[in-house]
Amino acid sequence: MTPRISRTLGLLCLLISAGLLLGAASSSPWAKVPAKDHARTNPLASRPDSISAGALIYKENCAQCHRADAMGDGHKKPSLRTERVKSASDGDLEWFIRQGDLGHGMPSWSRLPEAKRWQLVAYLRSIQQ
Amino acid sequence: MVVIKSMRLHVARSSRNISLNLGLTSALFFVLFSALPGPALHAQEKPYFITYSHDLEEPGNLEIETKTALGRPADSHHYGALASELEYGVTGWWTSELYLDGQATGQESTLFTGFRLENRFRPLMREHWINPVLYVEYENITGADKTLLEVVGHDGQGDLAELNADSRQEHEHEAELKLILSSNLRAWNISENFIAEKNLGHEPWEFGYALGAARPLRTLGNGKPCVFCLEKLTGGAEMYGGLGDVASLTLGDTSHYVAPIVGWQLPKGRLSFSTGFGLNSNSLDRVYRFGWASELPQIGSWFRHNGGSR
Repeated sequence: MTPRISRTLGLLCLLISAGLLLGAASSSPWAKVPAKDHARTNPLASRPDSISAGALIYKENCAQCHRADAMGDGHKKPSLRTERVKSASDGDLEWFIRQGDLGHGMPSWSRLPEAKRWQLVAYLRSIQQ
Repeated sequence: MVVIKSMRLHVARSSRNISLNLGLTSALFFVLFSALPGPALHAQEKPYFITYSHDLEEPGNLEIETKTALGRPADSHHYGALASELEYGVTGWWTSELYLDGQATGQESTLFTGFRLENRFRPLMREHWINPVLYVEYENITGADKTLLEVVGHDGQGDLAELNADSRQEHEHEAELKLILSSNLRAWNISENFIAEKNLGHEPWEFGYALGAARPLRTLGNGKPCVFCLEKLTGGAEMYGGLGDVASLTLGDTSHYVAPIVGWQLPKGRLSFSTGFGLNSNSLDRVYRFGWASELPQIGSWFRHNGGSR
């Protein structure tokens, strides 16, 4: 192998590695959340009844899949007590609840009024502690 | 099958008997699903009777719903029609349904009028301002079907006034396509449905529409379990009607209705009420509707675990 070919192959490997690293960096679980949504804060966070209201919304709508203790089923219905959820902003969580992930079985909860989604976010925050 | 047997057992002789008959069937469903063990079962969909929103069934859930329509065509007898519906969430973007229809007409007879198979697909995986859903349905019903689950073409109250003995001879194999557009704006849902229906027996395409708007009466959860509270009530209205057919794409001889609706979320299901008002002489004066829906959550998982397939 001539030095020129070696250099070219080396450069190619470097480029591919850089591309993979960049891809990994942007594959943060919340990377797809628009910046505007990511930056939103929970307008109901300071209300004392938000967590209890969120708990009831969770029980009525989410517990059937994610289980009452939010630990999921270990398979397709994931636990909600994870680093991934802890690392999310309020806006990330509200966005995900609203959008769902239809391709992976998580329905969109845009049918819930926005205020209830924020109460649910308050509850999800509370169970991370 | 419970519904069909119940309807066949009881031949209605008057409008009172019809109401009693359908009421008993609905009550049977109510008792059956209220007695089911397990967690609180919720049906989150809007309380529309005719209009579809972009809400699909949650994957793995089975919703059981009955929709009753009571009316009286001019110069004819009272009737009551019952559609019993099984709706299953196949995936997050695909919901499949089976309807079994029947009706009872005063001083005539009680009939099973056929079945419908429908599928709804969400082509876009994200929420947008307007969310499209594609709807495909096959109907195998008789001309005696009076459930009024859609109004298309030049449908009118004259079709509902035919004698059961005559109209049951007419078999309709129909394909129905709908484009459902739906938006959740603040707490409101606004939905528009455009309907195209084709009788597969060489009849022309017929068209119709349905529009709906609904909103919970309170948008904030109060944190305490309640039954008689505003957050459990949804109010709104529907409007639906025919738009003619390929041969005659006009509003002439079509029928149209506007109907206020109320939905009440109960611990184990949802009740819906509506009174439809006919907007022209081709429409029924009034159509009273009553619905009950309940969900069996994650029934797919239940079968997998108890069937031993995994």
